[in-house]
Amino acid sequence: MVGITSIGVYLPIYRLNRDEIARMWAGRSTAGVKAVAGYDEDTVTMAVAATLDCLERGGGRADGLSLATTTAPYKEKQSAAIVAAAADLSDECHTADFTDSLRASTIALKLAINAVKAGSAESVIVTASDCRMGAAKGALEQTLGDGAAAVMVGSEKVIAEVKGSYSIYNDFTDLWRTEDDRFVRAAEQRFVDEAGYIPTVQSAISGLMKKYNLATSDFNKIVYSASDARQHAGLARRMKLDKAQVQGPLYNEIGNTGTAAALLMLAEALEVAKAGDRILFVGYGDGCDAFIFRVTDEITKFQEKPVISDKLAGKIPITYGQYATWRNLVSAEASTLPERPPLSLPGRWRERRAISALYGAKCKKCGTPQISQIGQTPRVCVNCQAKDEFEPYKFADKKATLFSYTIDQLQPTLNPPAVNGVIDFEGGGRLICELTDCDLDKVAVGMKLEMTFRKMFYSRGIHNYFWKAKPVTD
Amino acid sequence: MDGIKDKVAIVGMGCTKFGERWDKGVEDLVVEAAYEAFEDAGIEPKDIQAAWIGTVFSGLSAITLSPLQLQYIPMTRVENMCATGSEALRAASYAVAAGVCDVALAVGVEKLKDSGATGVKGPSIVGDNQDGSSGIGPSYSAPASFAYLATRYFHDYNIPPEEGKRLLAQIAVKNHHNGSLNPKAHFQNEITIEQVVNAPIIAWPLGLFDCCGVSDGASVAVVTRADMAKHFRDDPIYIKGLQINVGARQGAMRQDYDFVHIEENVLGSQKAYAEAGIKDPRKELSCAEVHDCFSIHELIVYEDLGFSPRGRAREDIEAGTFSLEGELPVNTDGGLKCFGHPLGASGLRMMYEVYKQLQGKAGPRQVKNPCLGLTHNLGGNAGTGICSCFIVGNEK
Repeated sequence: MVGITSIGVYLPIYRLNRDEIARMWAGRSTAGVKAVAGYDEDTVTMAVAATLDCLERGGGRADGLSLATTTAPYKEKQSAAIVAAAADLSDECHTADFTDSLRASTIALKLAINAVKAGSAESVIVTASDCRMGAAKGALEQTLGDGAAAVMVGSEKVIAEVKGSYSIYNDFTDLWRTEDDRFVRAAEQRFVDEAGYIPTVQSAISGLMKKYNLATSDFNKIVYSASDARQHAGLARRMKLDKAQVQGPLYNEIGNTGTAAALLMLAEALEVAKAGDRILFVGYGDGCDAFIFRVTDEITKFQEKPVISDKLAGKIPITYGQYATWRNLVSAEASTLPERPPLSLPGRWRERRAISALYGAKCKKCGTPQISQIGQTPRVCVNCQAKDEFEPYKFADKKATLFSYTIDQLQPTLNPPAVNGVIDFEGGGRLICELTDCDLDKVAVGMKLEMTFRKMFYSRGIHNYFWKAKPVTD
Repeated sequence: MDGIKDKVAIVGMGCTKFGERWDKGVEDLVVEAAYEAFEDAGIEPKDIQAAWIGTVFSGLSAITLSPLQLQYIPMTRVENMCATGSEALRAASYAVAAGVCDVALAVGVEKLKDSGATGVKGPSIVGDNQDGSSGIGPSYSAPASFAYLATRYFHDYNIPPEEGKRLLAQIAVKNHHNGSLNPKAHFQNEITIEQVVNAPIIAWPLGLFDCCGVSDGASVAVVTRADMAKHFRDDPIYIKGLQINVGARQGAMRQDYDFVHIEENVLGSQKAYAEAGIKDPRKELSCAEVHDCFSIHELIVYEDLGFSPRGRAREDIEAGTFSLEGELPVNTDGGLKCFGHPLGASGLRMMYEVYKQLQGKAGPRQVKNPCLGLTHNLGGNAGTGICSCFIVGNEK
């Protein structure tokens, strides 16, 4: 049996109310909120969080990691490798970026299913993550949201078995960006609906139904992505789908999350699915990938912990000014503090295990876990001074407690003031690091923390990622 | 091991006015301070047999001393963060004590205001990080690294932050008062507790007046053998103890460090007291210049250096123990807070004040019956410290 064995979700903590965007431009609000990646987040950091969530829920290992995105931080340099290293996957893990299409996630999913079916991989994670930008004042500025989802495809402990799939491609220009575009371009909406989206999705679904001799009424849930709530509802009407069958597009809660959108909807569907349920799953973009999933008995165990419902409600609302600064839509005044120099690439390479997966070391003589704030691997024990008696020790997955902190008004950051803390890990080890995703009023000595992979700074074409601490989110 | 006590004497000192010296370069500051010291010692530049210059950012080697036109003598630059100026004095003193020269020069200089940045500048080129790392670590400010102490001190001693801020404010008010009596200080204005607690926050819980001045300046000492000191002047100042104590990031990496004291301060001062033969620093010291880079650190130094019992600095602050008229006046010249903090110059600037105090030449700031004084720096920060603790006296 091949199918989905785990799903992980990451949604940023920040929400931008569409009324706030409308107020900014004296325009019309399409209601609801959009999820906004924090000032220190991007496609890669969100993908890391979703992948780790997926691995934690599914346990075990992955011998493939595919990252689907249209917003990779690099044009040349693989993002999946950065994600795999942060998720501490074996270097034998086969990594790939799937990009340039909103359908990249379902394309990768289909290939992952094929790989597992063919026996060339035991389990493959497909992570989709996007931070697409709509131009200021435009409809897409309100529509697009940021988020990530990861599904693991395997053949053991399958929660949703794949029973069939059908794909078509379609060279249709509805949403696009050239190499020079920062913002998504869109064709006229009526044209897109009538000549592109609706006929394409209809054609893929009817092809799938015909291939497997089923009807849409045979499905408990129909999960399909769309550009916005209007387009999503339009398709349901045209296809005369039963309202109870249609999985909501999450538009009011997070917005259209690009390659991640369909997977996030699937996560929500699986959170309440019952064993035996049949799910029709469709990804759209330059064509269509349609899948049939059958929910298994394993679903009960999977549903012990919510996948997405606990993450939907935004925890920190932001202003348009914050959004504009984080996304570099306005030229904010630079800090008067000295500029940070670029990183030494050889130094960063030497410190790669600490930087990627927050590895420190544990002394084999005295058992003290230790990590330096600067990433260098210890050679002499900070506790007993034994030399070179260490084993690698990972801090990325350890919870911590805030021992002391400061709210720093001077530190250059896109989201002032910066919060910094001295944190003590459960099981030992101390790190002085930045804190993120904090409600300033709630920062206190003793606060429980977990580690999160974030973007520290960008310099001379290099995105520099490292770990920060954030309040435990439960 | 018999230590440095009474082997070396300071026979001349100079110090520029500290502040935003826009119209003066490193060369001006060095010449200004050095020539005051030469005159004070009654010597000519040619009498100097060896020299050390301490600077953190304002020059890479002893070539920084070239404006003095010393003619082909051994010269070296030293650096140990905020203890840099003190290191220059230690090197010169050790050379004299070793008998390899009779008259040596210690120079400390820093020109912070040329960086065009607010605060202390950081690394400027790839791979130039002070810690030798790639530079991926957090980029918090200097005040932030000391604010951890305040957060934890308030937490451990159950002091509500508003109350804690008022407590720290008394330190800033005291140092501003002392600075107001000092024409060489960067800031020479009195301030009130209300001004301190209402000032903009820099790194919570520290506000603007909890932070020291960012300044330009230089300070210089001429040292010689103790047995030759009276050939130069009637009132030489004798070195009683010179201790440097450096941590190895223990506090930043080990959970047993409490962030309400600094181990380097405690151990460095204990060794300095032992070297100088001091049993009860609070009673025996006439004055102390300590590293008040941030107000919370001056409070912690009171406890670390044994001026106040552990956890009870508050009582002494409130009793005025460390004011000019108090039992043990601290930072009589205004401290880093008001005199200013050009990193490499600060250790020698502190010694300049203690030297003048012990000679009875501190004017309106003069302490009564001076005999022993202390200077103290902390380079780095809580958990990663470089402590210098020097003791001098006016009698052999």
